This record gives sequence, structure tokens and C-alpha cells, in this order.
Amino acid sequence: MEREHGVVRQLGNEHRAAAIAVTVLVGLGLGYGVAHLLAGSIAYWGVVSGPFFLTLRVAIPATLIAGVAGIASGYALAKGRFPGRDVLETIGSLPIILPPTVIGFYLLEVLSPGTQVGGFLTRVVGHELVYNVAGCIIAATIAAFPFCMRAARSAIEGVDPMIEQAARAIGLPNWRVALLVTLPLARRGIAAGLTIGCARALGEYGATLMVGGDINGKTRTLSLAILDSFTTPERNAMLLILVLMAVAAMTGVGLLGRSRT
Amino acid sequence: MTALDVDVTRTIGEFDLDVAFSVESGISVLFGPSGAGKSLTLALIAGLLRPDTGKIAINGRIVSDRASNVHVSTQERRIGMVFQDGLLLPHRSVLDNVALAVRQASGRQARRAVAHSWLERVGAEDFADRRPGSLSGGQRQRVALARGLAGDPALVLLDEPLSALDSAVRRELRNLIREVIISSGVPAVLVTHDAEEAEQLGDVVIAYSDGRVTAMRDVERPDDVGPQPESRDGNRSQ
Repeated sequence: MEREHGVVRQLGNEHRAAAIAVTVLVGLGLGYGVAHLLAGSIAYWGVVSGPFFLTLRVAIPATLIAGVAGIASGYALAKGRFPGRDVLETIGSLPIILPPTVIGFYLLEVLSPGTQVGGFLTRVVGHELVYNVAGCIIAATIAAFPFCMRAARSAIEGVDPMIEQAARAIGLPNWRVALLVTLPLARRGIAAGLTIGCARALGEYGATLMVGGDINGKTRTLSLAILDSFTTPERNAMLLILVLMAVAAMTGVGLLGRSRT
Repeated sequence: MTALDVDVTRTIGEFDLDVAFSVESGISVLFGPSGAGKSLTLALIAGLLRPDTGKIAINGRIVSDRASNVHVSTQERRIGMVFQDGLLLPHRSVLDNVALAVRQASGRQARRAVAHSWLERVGAEDFADRRPGSLSGGQRQRVALARGLAGDPALVLLDEPLSALDSAVRRELRNLIREVIISSGVPAVLVTHDAEEAEQLGDVVIAYSDGRVTAMRDVERPDDVGPQPESRDGNRSQ
């Protein structure tokens, strides 16, 4: 008999997504509430809330974009046999190794409207991509991407190819095999990558500082605000919020990878 | 028209496969010791591997021909497959596993209805909502058999479907496999190294040894009401 652990495993598929959503929301809500209490005064929250919500605005889309791109790249690396495969993996992994300031420098080179590429991108997008939230999201996405990509590749390579063959043998086209067989069976590893990627996006500092500019009320995320307010009383509230957000993110995404098998 | 024509060679490392045979309706058994090339032949028929030379035709349709560089994908060959250990999708219910194989019905409910009828035919309807991980080996193979036939295949391939089971379950499933396949009218090729199994399941036994077909013979089965093999070609090595 299959072993079942915990409340979430005992729920049906249709309830699992709701359980995860509730867990994440409760986690974030707890972070909000505890920080509120610890701050001891509504005045602290006034200072902390801006960076808190900005961090969410940055980390959530960055994790989603890095997750989708990372899973697609991981799948291509795991399954594809094409020239430049190793180069793609090396380039995709660079943000893990390079100092964030170096990433920030190159992002400024690529995104600044004064450069050729940046000018072109600015015209295409219709607004500048530096010193605003878009720049922060791009920096956090770049930081999170390699973790998502490498974890996805490893997890996809770990799926039993015989099960994929069996699925093809019953007539499922390759894209359905990928969506119905490979990715669901690799979900735990993929979720682990998303978790680390999300945590990385939440805590991104160096590249965000360079591309976002640490503008108070505009691009100052929690990790930037902590350093800026290191000697002030609201520092503790910010630290706690970041820790709780990371815990909530890891719990929520971790639950995503669990299910009955 | 023959259900299956095979005339292929394939070399893997030191092993050379060189076989030619044709089969009609009913169950044709590829019988021989481990390493004789039986499962390799099945993989070539399924399109999981390509032959080095030669061709394969299912119901007269060329699905693999090196000379004209034809290789129909596994999905397009309209085959059903039953593997040694089932290879069911562990994260989907039994019913979903079978419904995913249903090609002839459109719409989720219609596919599930077809899948349910196949689960009934193999005696697996009671665990339609369970996951494969909670089933015994025999139950999994029943589901795998239903999945192999549910897609209205032109040919069903069974790769040692009973070898991982204990003897009591094997005996029980032998009867079921023969009954279900013969009544469905789908031609089948079954691989086994068990002589008793070959005799009980097959209408034709094709003996393999060291990558060659060494003999082909009919199995006398006077009590069968199902379709019988009509003719088959010899093997060039004979």
C-alpha cells in the first residue's frame, strides 16, 4: 500500500492547489502579522510595508519567469542533443558563480537606454528597463534562473525513460509525454529548484542595487532596505519579514512537489 | 494481408540480430533464452529502435524501411504495448492510465467510458480509482493489458508480461491474456523465455536463438474459438 503522510497527501488533486495557496497566504499573512506585532508600532510598518510589498512584486514574477524558463531550458538540456548544449548550460549557470555586481554590470550594459542593445530593448518595450521595478524583476530573474534550470535538468534526467517510452507506445505525442509524464514525475526536483530560486529572488541584493538603483519608495526591496536601515529599530521587523517570507515560500513550493505516487 | 512482416538486421555491440518472419492474427510467441534478441525485435517493431537494414510492415503498412529511410514514430504505429513490469504512470489513477491510451474516442468522458469497459474486461474495474503503486503485480499487469488494448491498436506487443509474477498469478493471467486478446481480435506478439507459457499462450511459436529465428510452428489448439494463424513466411536462416 502506498504510504501517506500529512494532511496534504491525503487530499485529492483538486484540493492540493487550494491547500498550497492557503499555506502560502497564511505564511505571508503570519509574516505580516508577526512583523506588525514585533515592530510594536504602526509607524514601523509604515516604513517596512513599502519594501515588503515591493519585494513581493519583484520576487513573485521573477520566480515565475525563472521557473518557466528554467524548466524549459532544463528540459532541453536533459532531452536535447544539439550543438552548444554545454555552452547553454554554462551560460545559464554563470549567475551562480559570478559576483552579483558583475551580473549587475552586464545587465546595465544590456538594459541601459544609452547602449545599443538597451536602446533597442527600451524602444521595443516602450519604457526604460533600469532604475525601476522592471529592472529589479530582471535582476532577480537572472539570479533565480540557474537554480531552476539545473534542478529541472537533474530531475528530468532522473525520470525513468522506460515510463516515457511506455507512454509513447500507447500513442501519446512527445509534448503530452512531457506534460503528462516527465514533468509530473520530476516535480519534486523542479519544486526544489523553484524553492531555491524563489529564496534567491527574495534576497537578491547586488544586481538589484545596480540595476534598480536603491531608490526609496521605488526600487528599494527589503534586502536593500535592511542595509539602509541597519542602525534603526525597524531593521528587526524587516529581517523577520524576510525570514518568514523565505520560510513561507519554501513551504509552499515544497508542498507543490509533494503528492501521492 | 499479414498482420506483421519483419525482415530486419540490427547490431548492438557484439550482438547481431538478423530475423525475418510474418504473422497473421492470433498470438505469436517469440520464444527463446534471455539475450536471444526477442525483446530487441519487439523494440524494433514498436519503433523504439531503428533497424540497421530491412523493413517492418504492420497490416501491410511499411512503418520502418532503411532503404527508403522510412521510420514511422512509435505513436503513429497504432500499437499497444504491455511491459514486464507494467510501466504504468505512478502519478495517475488506474482509470487515467487506461484512458490516456484511448485514441478512438474524443472527449474525456468518452475516453474514460472506453477505459472503464476495458478495465471490466480484465477484471480491474474495482481499483479504477487507485494509483498503480497500491496494486499488486498481477493487478498492475491486468491494468497494463487493458491499457495495451484500449487504444484500438493494429497490433499489441507483450514483452515478458508475466515474468515478474509468482506462479499462481501467472497461471491465472495466462488464461486472461489469451481470452482477452483473442476475443478482441487484435493480433499480438508476445515475448517469453518460458516454454510452458509459450505453449499455453501462442497460436504460433517462433523460436529464437542467438539473434536468429531457428523454427516456427503452429500450436494445436482445437478448443479455441478465436481466429487462428493462416500463413506465415519462413526465415531466411532456415
